[in-house]
Amino acid sequence: MERQIIEDLNGMPGKHPLSPLVREDRMPHIWCPGCDIGTIFSSCLTAIHESKMNPDDFTIVSGIGCSGRAAGYVKLDSFHTTHGRAIPFATGLKIAKPHMKVIVFSGDGDLFTIGGNHFIHAARRNMDLIIICVNNFTYGMTGGQVASSTPFRAKTTTTPSGNFENPFNLSYIAAASGAVYVSRWTTLHIRRLTSSILEAFQKKGFSFVEVVSSCPTSFGRKNKLGSPLDIIKNFHKISVIKNGIHPKDADLDIHKEIVVGKFVDIERPTFFDLLEDIYPPEKEKGNE
Amino acid sequence: MKYWRRPLDYEDIKVPRGDVFIIEERCKGCSFCVEYCPRQVLELSKHFNKKGYHPPYVRKPEECAHCNFCEVICPEFAIYVKELKE
Amino acid sequence: MEGTELFIMGDTACAEGAIAAGCKFFAGYPITPATEVAERMAKRLPQVGGIYIQMEDELASMAAILGGSWGGLKSMTATSGPGFSLMMENIGLGIIMEVPCVVVNVQRAGPSTGLPTLCAQGDMMQARWGSHGHYEIIALSASSPQELLDITIKAFNLSEEYRTPVLIMTDEVVGHMTEKVVIPPSEKIYISPRRITQEPPEEYLPYLSERNAVPPMVNVGEGYRFHTTGLTHDERGYPVITPAVQKEMMDRLIYKIRDNVDDIVEYQEFETDDAEIVIVSYGISARPAMKALEMAREKGIKCGMLKLITVWPFPEEKIKEMASQIKAFVVAEINYGQMYLEVERSSRGKANTVLIGHAGGAIFHPNEILEVINRLWKDR
Repeated sequence: MERQIIEDLNGMPGKHPLSPLVREDRMPHIWCPGCDIGTIFSSCLTAIHESKMNPDDFTIVSGIGCSGRAAGYVKLDSFHTTHGRAIPFATGLKIAKPHMKVIVFSGDGDLFTIGGNHFIHAARRNMDLIIICVNNFTYGMTGGQVASSTPFRAKTTTTPSGNFENPFNLSYIAAASGAVYVSRWTTLHIRRLTSSILEAFQKKGFSFVEVVSSCPTSFGRKNKLGSPLDIIKNFHKISVIKNGIHPKDADLDIHKEIVVGKFVDIERPTFFDLLEDIYPPEKEKGNE
Repeated sequence: MKYWRRPLDYEDIKVPRGDVFIIEERCKGCSFCVEYCPRQVLELSKHFNKKGYHPPYVRKPEECAHCNFCEVICPEFAIYVKELKE
Repeated sequence: MEGTELFIMGDTACAEGAIAAGCKFFAGYPITPATEVAERMAKRLPQVGGIYIQMEDELASMAAILGGSWGGLKSMTATSGPGFSLMMENIGLGIIMEVPCVVVNVQRAGPSTGLPTLCAQGDMMQARWGSHGHYEIIALSASSPQELLDITIKAFNLSEEYRTPVLIMTDEVVGHMTEKVVIPPSEKIYISPRRITQEPPEEYLPYLSERNAVPPMVNVGEGYRFHTTGLTHDERGYPVITPAVQKEMMDRLIYKIRDNVDDIVEYQEFETDDAEIVIVSYGISARPAMKALEMAREKGIKCGMLKLITVWPFPEEKIKEMASQIKAFVVAEINYGQMYLEVERSSRGKANTVLIGHAGGAIFHPNEILEVINRLWKDR
């Protein structure tokens, strides 16, 4: 998909180009200074704009958490649902409106810890959804507790002496569960992230985009990662792009190496393809 | 830029020029735009916005090459660039 | 044509009722004794252009039907006690987002795994108060497969009219008993349409309505660009975390049902005109109660019966009115006293209220109920 420079949608020089997709009556948003959820959100909106599809064909469903607040800031039909249950809600919505692009924008805790079961089943079914997971290694909104993606030995408020559980490799879980598109980027790889999201829009089936992010306010402070800018500079230093490798080899260690790239891009029949196969569209009449 | 020889299409290539707009009241002073501008066009100002942050200001407007990186990296929708046509 | 006559069990009748009401989406999970509802829906929905999906658990089932309902499909799920407990969180989401949908609970003996294959009526209070926070809910009850089909259609209508999840509280015996069921011809079935807003997108506010009115919905993806959330929200659908907005929102959610109780509540009265003792019952317990009523009248006891169709909101006014005219209520239910508490409360001490309880696992024998009526009649 070719990238094009953003043009102002309504020809007025005084407004931000993404204004038509942002609920400006709720700006400035609640995310902390330096929190890159805003950047990832902006990237998602840029992708919606650049896809040249009708924006009303998009809808965003999110769960609970800082990333989950994104649904409240996008000027599209959006749903802010319960913790961990964004994916089944999105499944129901997609079944009712198969022509729409349903994006699930949520965090690592919401999608993989409490929502882990729903994630793997939606991937297994190859439900036609686009999942954007903001991975900040913690439960940010509640103050920085340990989550399933928290690195080994990291300090959080509920593991004050260090996390002694091993974290998930989110991209690996997505690929193993059957996602047809898996990629991981950091917030700094913003243009590649936008391209990835655009590719995910075109893909039929369960697409997963993991964005390595940071929570400078809770996780960052507790683990002495520095200012928000220091965290981003660290991403710059230690991230390496390896497109096409197997996600199990895609290490994610915020002190040593972050492997990013497009890991999986395959074709598989979707839920709707298989449904049509078993129940061909012509209706069978009659009761028993 | 320094070239070891002059490119044949030197006259045809025009580096784009950009006009930077900053919505000061949205800025939260994270300084991503300042740090990652390839031409160091921006710098954090000394004045405060309503919430007490230092928004950036355009230090070298003639250097802006309309790369849009500040616009895409900003988490706050607080900065954008329009193409400045000659 | 006078309708389709079938000889089917209660669960199957419930599924047929849903299809007759226009249900096009069922997200479920197998659980005894509600599995047959899912099985029938899995077979019938593709025949009517709908979709059946088996979710990974009941939490996902409830979330999926909320999503399906927002997308414009009439949606339903069916479960029993353990699944009902899991669905509670998202029932709360359905209430605060004001989503029309139907949840069937084919009750079995609890708590916990309990007696999976045997009946009870122990989830009645959970239907009212199961989710956290204070809210109003509509719950219906049936005592035969035919009635189950009829109230399923009614449940879909109520859910659209009041924009709330509606619970159907039936039990394992009704769910698994096989009786003659007649599905009325489609032109004789009244189906409440979903009320879609007539406002243009620039003026539409998702939750703007008077205190006891129901705001109209929109179709997703038609340019309305609305937002809805499980957080406390104002009329724009935006989350606002203040006590003032909480009061406004809660008043709307509570009074849209409380102020319309007269339109929602339904019950059946049998021989209550001169009754001095009234049996209050619902679900499967109403059937032995009817027999006990017949036997009592044969003995000359002035007995009547009130069968609850709508269990929530509870018919307080009716009980209060009856209490000043009769001597005693006899509440027969298969639990240790749940709707009994409501009857006693509503009678305001004007009539004696006696419970015939049951631990669960079987239904009453009419003699058990008759014995209590006899005793009350002798002591009056």
